[in-house]
Amino acid sequence: MREMYHRRGFSGTIAVFLSLFAFFPALAQAPPAPGATRFVVVLDPAHGGDDLGAKLGSRAEKDHALALSVKLRSLLVARGIAVVTTRESDANVDALVRAEIANRANAAACLSLHAAPASVHNGPAVHLFLSSLPAARDARLTPWRTAQSAWIERSTALAGVLNSALTQAGVTVTLGRAPLAAVDSMTCPAVAVEIAPQRPAGEQNAADADDSGFETKVVQALAAALVEWRSDGGQLGEHQP
Amino acid sequence: MIPRHQTVLLVILLVASLIMGAVLWNQLRRAHERLLRGEVSVPTQAPLVAPAEQATLMVADDADNSIAPRILTLPLPENPEARARAVLGKLFDLDAAPDSTHPVPGGAGSIAQVFLLPIAGARGKTSAASPQLAVVNLTGAFVAGHPSGIETETLTVRSICATLNANLPRVTEVRFLVDGQPHATLAGHADLTRTYLAAQTAATEGTQP
Repeated sequence: MREMYHRRGFSGTIAVFLSLFAFFPALAQAPPAPGATRFVVVLDPAHGGDDLGAKLGSRAEKDHALALSVKLRSLLVARGIAVVTTRESDANVDALVRAEIANRANAAACLSLHAAPASVHNGPAVHLFLSSLPAARDARLTPWRTAQSAWIERSTALAGVLNSALTQAGVTVTLGRAPLAAVDSMTCPAVAVEIAPQRPAGEQNAADADDSGFETKVVQALAAALVEWRSDGGQLGEHQP
Repeated sequence: MIPRHQTVLLVILLVASLIMGAVLWNQLRRAHERLLRGEVSVPTQAPLVAPAEQATLMVADDADNSIAPRILTLPLPENPEARARAVLGKLFDLDAAPDSTHPVPGGAGSIAQVFLLPIAGARGKTSAASPQLAVVNLTGAFVAGHPSGIETETLTVRSICATLNANLPRVTEVRFLVDGQPHATLAGHADLTRTYLAAQTAATEGTQP
């Protein structure tokens, strides 16, 4: 009887701890031991459904981002990297749901994929954006909407690796920080990648995103960067804030 | 058969009524003319002309993803909220100009209102120095016409926050509404639901990794 009481007490304690974890998602997503982690990359093709994103000539940004995600995923899988995507079809996915998918994956890298018309002043380029949240040290009780603040340092390192690979591939890269709801809620090294392809000659108001040569070059550079990120020890367990 | 004297009386009364009606109509017309002649058509109170002052506008540039100060002399009202609206209106006019470095259609009419509110938790400071939250209410037309893209949307948000902070130093935080309602993003990317730190916007969001 006494043993049974102890068992019940023990079960109650476990239940209390489990409910605490449920109330604090950041705690619940504490990573497993380094040896148990695998290298996972989350690809987040932006927009989808009735959210078209930017207009790029004949295509919407949502289609371009999805095509980019499919190409990059195939390259990463071929290199033995596990990939989780936030959408596989033309579906409308909320920003917080995107972050939830990424956070559940315990990813070593999260890329939010976007496309934009090339600047009037510049040629084709890739813009890399980090979250504009101020960096924070403690990740355990961070509010969901600012969860990325604890990962700014790792995200900056990931952006550096991406920048290096793209520059080596001959791609013009600009770096910046931006307020993006999905990225701000991610608990992983996260970078928004915005591809701005070549503007067709004579066209001033829109760019045609169907620049497959440039896109292929960018996707290959991103895949190479993520392979380097893995070899550099970008695993979650080793660099969790 | 109506007696003759009654017929004569009826005719006299009818004629008298017509004469009285004509006289009244004439007097009414004259009174109206007198009223119009006596009315002063100039405004009873001259509109207040705000004195011209220097304002610092943080103008965005798409070419290098930067914002740079531009000092202009503008008539700025005394009221801080009207002042904030005036500087943002001028900033939006610059963006809407044909030679803009950050082309965004709309102009000054894109700012519906700017509200300045004391920040909760900053009660210890004196009212003259207490930090303020600026709530910028944008029009739906401006948001609908804003070009979509992370870079261009971020530049717009940064330039608004930095311009407010440059001209109203007490404004330390900025929030956005669209047609009086919370709105998820500016044009699909820049988050409009969060609170922006005005002082840090220009300094941190442009830093490079």
